[in-house]
Amino acid sequence: MKTVDICVIGGGPAGLNAALAAAQGGASVLLLDDADYLGGQLVKQTHMFFGSEKQQAGTRGIDIASTLVQAVQSIPAIDVWLETTALGLYDDSVLTVEQQGRYRKVKAKRFIVATGASEKMLAFKGNDLPGVYGAGAVQTLMNVFGVRPGQRVLMVGAGNIGLIVSYQLLQAGVKVEAIVEGSPQIGGYLVHASKIRRAGVPILTSHTILEAYGENAVEGAVICELNRAWQIIPNTARRLAVDVICLAVGLSPLSDLLWQADCRMLYTSELGGHVAWRDENLRTSQPHIYIAGDVAGIEEASSAMVEGAVAGYAAAKDIGLAPMDVEQRLLVALEQLKELRSGPVGEKIRLGIAEVQSVRGDIDGRHT
Amino acid sequence: MDDTLRRTGVPDKDAVQAVYPTKDRLERGAVAILECFQNIPCNPCATCCPRRAIKAFLDINDPPVIDWEKCNGCAICVANCPGLAIFVVDENYSPTEALIKLPYEFVPLPTVGSLVQAINRAGEVVGTARVVRVQNPPNFDRTAVVHIAVARELAREVRFFALGGVGA
Repeated sequence: MKTVDICVIGGGPAGLNAALAAAQGGASVLLLDDADYLGGQLVKQTHMFFGSEKQQAGTRGIDIASTLVQAVQSIPAIDVWLETTALGLYDDSVLTVEQQGRYRKVKAKRFIVATGASEKMLAFKGNDLPGVYGAGAVQTLMNVFGVRPGQRVLMVGAGNIGLIVSYQLLQAGVKVEAIVEGSPQIGGYLVHASKIRRAGVPILTSHTILEAYGENAVEGAVICELNRAWQIIPNTARRLAVDVICLAVGLSPLSDLLWQADCRMLYTSELGGHVAWRDENLRTSQPHIYIAGDVAGIEEASSAMVEGAVAGYAAAKDIGLAPMDVEQRLLVALEQLKELRSGPVGEKIRLGIAEVQSVRGDIDGRHT
Repeated sequence: MDDTLRRTGVPDKDAVQAVYPTKDRLERGAVAILECFQNIPCNPCATCCPRRAIKAFLDINDPPVIDWEKCNGCAICVANCPGLAIFVVDENYSPTEALIKLPYEFVPLPTVGSLVQAINRAGEVVGTARVVRVQNPPNFDRTAVVHIAVARELAREVRFFALGGVGA
């Protein structure tokens, strides 16, 4: 059995920062990820990040990933296990994992779960045809493997992911025929929307996909207009000849491990679904388990990175490793998080977190 | 905020007018136009400005504020804005032409001297532009700044270009 102070599950933006912070806090760290590389979704992000210089704003996600991965690899106190899938997290602070066919155990004083999110699916006729992709798969194909998914794309969803992946498709020389968005408003950052509009992609708000058609693969999509009550407006259905339908209709926190570990879970729509109760330092109702990143609530990568730092410092402090500045670093990270969420685009997150924290995590009761 | 922008991704005339420099300033040459209409947590434009023309943010969620008297249109912010929302316009480039410096992240980059399609905020071709200069130094980090000359009356409209199909 491997024994460490702090085990971080997930090597994306939150997990990498959690590992770095925990090590800075004096802890021995094990960082594990099911992929064969570190960086999570960061490695697919070719756009410059928002935020401030503290979160490396203006730097592309893929370059932030390289910097963080190099930092992690340069610190002897951090051990990295790749191609390692977390299986179960138990009351006696033992994690079981599957590693390239081997079953192993890890004992840690604290765990930081930074497992991220999974993509939502959309129900429509023909959604099982080859050519219907999740946006994450399209990004992986293009930005990890250098493969175009097709020639003509219909993007479903005008949140940040739909907008960013549309832009990346254009950069790869793929035509994006349209973006359909059920809501009457664009959900993502309007600067992303404006840059793909000038590049010639129509954004059709109050529109949805009715069906995908094709013999053996996608040959086209039927889209239609919706009214303010999200009902189909009759006689607005039309065909769009595309060979790729890319779904960017939201993310759900990947929280299976937290359910299994019996953390107190709450359904909070503002945070994207079921999330674990946590205190302000991201500690769950299970005192040995912390959370950070999208598993704690769907948000931007910049916040995920800062959350990772909060959880890392807090967990190190919690087990009594207290280099002089750990308390100060924790406070600085908490302040950064507050700043990132203080504007109108952070309102949903603020509401979601307030809702989660309006109940107590240490008692077995629901909202009363 | 402008509902057209939220619905379509294209700001309306009033929204653009609200961030546009005065006529007097425009006549005095190159100046940055910050087409950033939404309060998002982002401040690289202010931190990268060598002349401190874009003011330091009190709240990172505020929209940027620029002092057009301090701005000399150097376009460093054009390459640094994560939203690709900043453009430099020089309405006095020549007696008939205006110069627009815009961010460009596509390959291939255009050739200096070539003619390209001039495109507006809605993605419509509105005329022809001539590529005057292509800046792509390492510190612009792969966001090239392309200088295009367009007819003066298009200075307020053109914000993008496309290669090919013009004067070929």
